[in-house]
Amino acid sequence: MDGKRDTILFKLFGSSVSYMRRCLFSVLSVGPVPNHLAFILDGNRRYAKKWNLGEGMGYRAGFLSLMSLIKYCYELGVKYVSIYAFSIDNFRRRPEEVQCVMDLMLEKIEGLLREQTLVNQYGVRVYFIGNLKLLHEPVRLAAEKAMKATSNNNNSILLICVAYTSTDEIAHAAQESCEDKWALIRSSVNEENDANDVIKLSDIESHMYMRVAPDPDILVRTSGETRLSNFLLWQTSNSLLFSPKALWPEIGLRHLVWAVLNFQRAHPYLERRRKQP
Amino acid sequence: MAVVPLRLHLSFTSSPRHATRPTLGLMLPSHIPRSFFSSADKPATALGPPGKDAILNGTPPAYYAGEDIVALPAGLRRELMPRHLAVIMDGNRRWARMRGLPVVSGYEAGARAFRRIVELCCNWGIRVLTVFAFSSENWFRPKVETDFLMGLFERGLRDELRHLMRAGVRISIIGDISKLLKPLQVLLADAMDTTINNSRLHLIIAVNYSGQNDVVQACQKLAVKVKDGLIEPEEINESLVERELETNCTDFPHPDLLIRTSGELRISNFLLWQLAYTELYFADSLWPDFGEDEFLEALCSFQRRQRRYGGQNS
Repeated sequence: MDGKRDTILFKLFGSSVSYMRRCLFSVLSVGPVPNHLAFILDGNRRYAKKWNLGEGMGYRAGFLSLMSLIKYCYELGVKYVSIYAFSIDNFRRRPEEVQCVMDLMLEKIEGLLREQTLVNQYGVRVYFIGNLKLLHEPVRLAAEKAMKATSNNNNSILLICVAYTSTDEIAHAAQESCEDKWALIRSSVNEENDANDVIKLSDIESHMYMRVAPDPDILVRTSGETRLSNFLLWQTSNSLLFSPKALWPEIGLRHLVWAVLNFQRAHPYLERRRKQP
Repeated sequence: MAVVPLRLHLSFTSSPRHATRPTLGLMLPSHIPRSFFSSADKPATALGPPGKDAILNGTPPAYYAGEDIVALPAGLRRELMPRHLAVIMDGNRRWARMRGLPVVSGYEAGARAFRRIVELCCNWGIRVLTVFAFSSENWFRPKVETDFLMGLFERGLRDELRHLMRAGVRISIIGDISKLLKPLQVLLADAMDTTINNSRLHLIIAVNYSGQNDVVQACQKLAVKVKDGLIEPEEINESLVERELETNCTDFPHPDLLIRTSGELRISNFLLWQLAYTELYFADSLWPDFGEDEFLEALCSFQRRQRRYGGQNS
């Protein structure tokens, strides 16, 4: 009897918190809402050390925060969310640590494919962005499967950057642009076609992994570090940079609200810049 | 976005308050520690008479400490000083507007701040200083303003080249200077040639620069190499792209620290590729108010940071 009452109370509490959050988001939505938010998930290992958690538990705590935050973003009306899950530089960490992260990723991707709760609730299309050939085989296969399984969703987009660095993305785009131009030149009938031989900005952009999304409006990096760490260098040129001191597993609704408020304050200036030819 | 003309009448005024107070040409502010001078403590006359503009401005000409090691202020450790510092000099116009002054006064004040920072970099052993003088997006400002700025830039560089030579400062320009007027282009090329052997401080001035365009021009150069059969398209990788960027004029193309003033939290298309692992510092003060104290605070903040480059904890 008591147990049933506690569950009902718990559910009531949960619903009222959820209701208040939706009210807060309605107020925020009066102003401009960012279209694309990018996150650097920094501080998981420090969190584990801080709370004396076991090896790898920091990442699991980080995953829980990630789920809440993605949910808040989509509730608010943000269409694109990008996360820096694993950098090419992170492969240089201890093999056990790398394996731990790969195992967690595989577990979560397979969970996503099985249950599809978040994906179905918000109509999320998932992209895995990066040099996927560098991933362990099972993870890569699961990632490709997830991308295919969610390819019909178009409400919201989740871009998970794994085996990614911006310099690798740009070099890869340069390589592909050169290959395309080279193929074009060789097959071209008109030999003096110099104007089309030159690689342009649009050529590079059309070969970037991140071409499926517009540029981020806000880049959030947790744990107080203010550096880009080779994430979306090309795309964040005019993004608002926000670096709360909280570690990634400690990130909450208040950080998201603060980031959005700052974005709304800077928005008129950014719009003027965007409208310049 | 700040546009700062190169009026390098460097002085030992360490704060903006002193910059506006007229001082006699050869009198030095007493609060400046003697270690900022060369060990021989040569007076101004040994380096030649102060320039006309220096006297009219009320600012003494520059003294550089030669090749001597200058003592760093308390709180800074020499081994943790950034090798390459990048600066976005933002806030000149806002500074002028806040004081009810015309915009050009803001640029003048910005130039004084720029002098201070170049001088501090020379004294504190920073090897490379890259400044975002003019972005390719700044052309959208009123023509009167941009013309005036280009004129100031030209005059400032002409006046200061001698001092820079004496101080051992090497100048490089990055960005597309073909849009600038011919006399300025010739002057810039001449400045780069004249100072090429200097090694105390490498001053890289980004004029009409855009980080994205830098990467595109690097890719274009690689495409030409592919066309000429020097490399295969499959061989294009990160190091090949990096070698073609405009910052290949220095051995340290990656800034360790980027300082942006006026509280704006953006990169604004500056050094895109090169900022991959750069520590970012956003100062609230406007550029003309960015003096030694603020610079010291930025450097202290940099020295406290833990740089892991994605790998293990140190």
